[in-house]
Amino acid sequence: MALANFSSSSRSNLLKPLAPVLSFAETLRRPISTSTDPLIIETSVPFTFHNCEPPSRSVETNPQELISFFRGMATMRRMEIAADSLYKAKLIRGFCHLYDGQEAVAVGMEAAITKKDCIITAYRDHCTFLGRGGTLLEVFAELMGRQAGCSRGKGGSMHFYKKEAGFYGGHGIVGAQVPLGCGLAFAQKYSKDETVTFALYGDGAANQGQLFEALNISALWDLPVILVCENNHYGMGTAEWRAAKNPAYYKRGDYVPGLKVDGMDALAVKQACKFAKEHVLRKGPIILEMDTYRYHGHSMSDPGSTYRTRDEISGVRQERDPVERIRKVILAHDLATEKELKDFEKEIRKEVDQAIAQAKESPMPEPYELFTNVHVKGLGTEAFGADRKEVRAVLP
Amino acid sequence: MLGIIRQKAFGQSLQRIRPVASSWRGYSSTSKQMMVREALNSALDEEMSADPKVFLMEKRLGNIRVHIRSYFLTSNCGFMFMISKGLLEKYGPERVLDTPITEAGFTGIGVGAAFYGLKPIVEFMTFNFSMQAIDHIINSAAKTNYMSAGQISVPIVFRGPNGAAAGVGAQHSQCYASWYASCPGLKVLAPYSSEDARGLLKAAIRDPDPVVFLENELLYGESFPVSAEVLDSSFCLPIGKAKIEREGKDVTITAFSKMVGYALKAAEILAKDGISAEIINLRSIRPLDRPAINASVRKTNRLVTVEEGFPQHGVGAEICASIIEDSFGYLDAPVERITGADVPMPYAANLERMALPQVEDIVRAARRACYRSVPMAAAQSY
Repeated sequence: MALANFSSSSRSNLLKPLAPVLSFAETLRRPISTSTDPLIIETSVPFTFHNCEPPSRSVETNPQELISFFRGMATMRRMEIAADSLYKAKLIRGFCHLYDGQEAVAVGMEAAITKKDCIITAYRDHCTFLGRGGTLLEVFAELMGRQAGCSRGKGGSMHFYKKEAGFYGGHGIVGAQVPLGCGLAFAQKYSKDETVTFALYGDGAANQGQLFEALNISALWDLPVILVCENNHYGMGTAEWRAAKNPAYYKRGDYVPGLKVDGMDALAVKQACKFAKEHVLRKGPIILEMDTYRYHGHSMSDPGSTYRTRDEISGVRQERDPVERIRKVILAHDLATEKELKDFEKEIRKEVDQAIAQAKESPMPEPYELFTNVHVKGLGTEAFGADRKEVRAVLP
Repeated sequence: MLGIIRQKAFGQSLQRIRPVASSWRGYSSTSKQMMVREALNSALDEEMSADPKVFLMEKRLGNIRVHIRSYFLTSNCGFMFMISKGLLEKYGPERVLDTPITEAGFTGIGVGAAFYGLKPIVEFMTFNFSMQAIDHIINSAAKTNYMSAGQISVPIVFRGPNGAAAGVGAQHSQCYASWYASCPGLKVLAPYSSEDARGLLKAAIRDPDPVVFLENELLYGESFPVSAEVLDSSFCLPIGKAKIEREGKDVTITAFSKMVGYALKAAEILAKDGISAEIINLRSIRPLDRPAINASVRKTNRLVTVEEGFPQHGVGAEICASIIEDSFGYLDAPVERITGADVPMPYAANLERMALPQVEDIVRAARRACYRSVPMAAAQSY
């Protein structure tokens, strides 16, 4: 049984900080989720590194954080599965790129940074947005094109933003977000904010020319940018070994240091991001390659099984699922019971269902919204609808 | 008297301009002359001085020595780096950045900096190279305020020479006005005179939206008279308003950038024939000053549009459609379009001349619009 295997093989790796107190645990259990006593846990695999010294495999965390990881990832998982159903029910139109399987990257990254640091990603952005403080209602409403959406229904799945929390989208053009992210880092350095930017991209975008152009400039100018390759091994339907002559993306920066991280281990992600943040504030850009996996296809129009075997997908789900990993860590350290975790999941399911119901209540944008936000300063110019004799508006 | 004008007109900032810059200015006894290149330089200087968030990204041509520069000036190659002359020394390398020749990369970086709240001015050596970065101009800059429902604005200026220079061939001569002006979310400006250059560039830098600022290499060295008001550091022109350069009553001729000069020359020639041409300097391609153009055509009843760019789907096509929609009943003649030829720009001097509008083309079209030339039926040969 997987749990037994995990316990027997990894208990030797895990320190036992609460061992003497454990006998009291059953009788004197205080609400575990608020404990911030430090826990040291080893990452599942060591870091592979290029041109730098890797961080330690021992990650400092605490019960509260681990519980929040579990809740965060379980919410993201539930949200993406619900989005799948909504898409099939035709309530979501157009594009819908789902992140389930990759939740550890979003959650681990958030644990290492603040909301003053910036994150920019491509179109697989629902969970990253949630991690930055977005609500389920904002997500579902935006997916369904309603007013309560984070972009008031005008953006859609690929265009979520939350500037006040340092989330800069949400971009549909593969690779474009990387130079934009380097620009954010430039602005942070220019403003002397002592904050950093994480520019996320996939293995598909890793071969884009503009990425290397931006990386060159970032290295020249010592910009505090971390390029994070979320390598889920398939760029749309093309396996990485078919798209890249050198699929060791953490090494592709050449003169730029790189670190390869197990992207299914939220603690490893946290450690790597913490390390990267300290690095770039002093020494210029770094590349993090997150070895991760997406259970869904590239988008809702891709079943995801024409270029991968079902065995591969279920194999990863069995062996490396990020939510299951944290569940095991929590149970192994006796931070919560199985029932408590299951209760969390039930709660989350209810939250998601409530958010969907609320989002369905939200109306579609008013017709005048067609012409809002074209400019910040419209100068009173006229904009036209399809039939300009019928529909004309003055831009405010 | 000149001294007194200087005191009033030249604000604090101009006293900081290094003496070498003043050697560009020629003085007449009645009004001040200013080269377009200096107008742009002073606008950049003043806006950078006023707002610490403004910074420049350009391809510096390094420490080319003065005598080489002047050689190139006289041989009419027009090196663009003179626009930011003195700014590096004044503001330092953190604000005047030298970029590698990687347009997609540095344009994306500029747009990202604008997302965060800075005010970048991204220079393209010519707008031909903007095509390497056009995804960032359109998809990352123009559309983001809309897609984010106003959360993320992009206060960026993309500037550089646009259109044909002299003898630079097909890949270096295209006019991008109509391409950029068709995109909602962008503002597109095209200055002609030094007053335009100063006022519109300052307006562009202060504007919170992405602005494409189309200069013209061959105009950089031209001098225009500027008033004291223009020289004031608070001077700014409104975006979206055209200027009537010359009033007339028989035919309206619209033009922008270098073609304004040609249209004015054509107006002189037409005046000798008794045709009074009204010359409109568009200044703003997007938003287009439709009310001004329509008002003019309602007065003159005839229209000739002039542009340097390719004819199909060009600026003149849009103006023509606008007139037909809003002022059809006022037209006494079909709208005439004078544009660049429908070919990639050739190198040979005679072919290049044929590929671009000349003053005589504008005169001929105006005469046609006024029924002062051979009737169409007789000239038709297809």
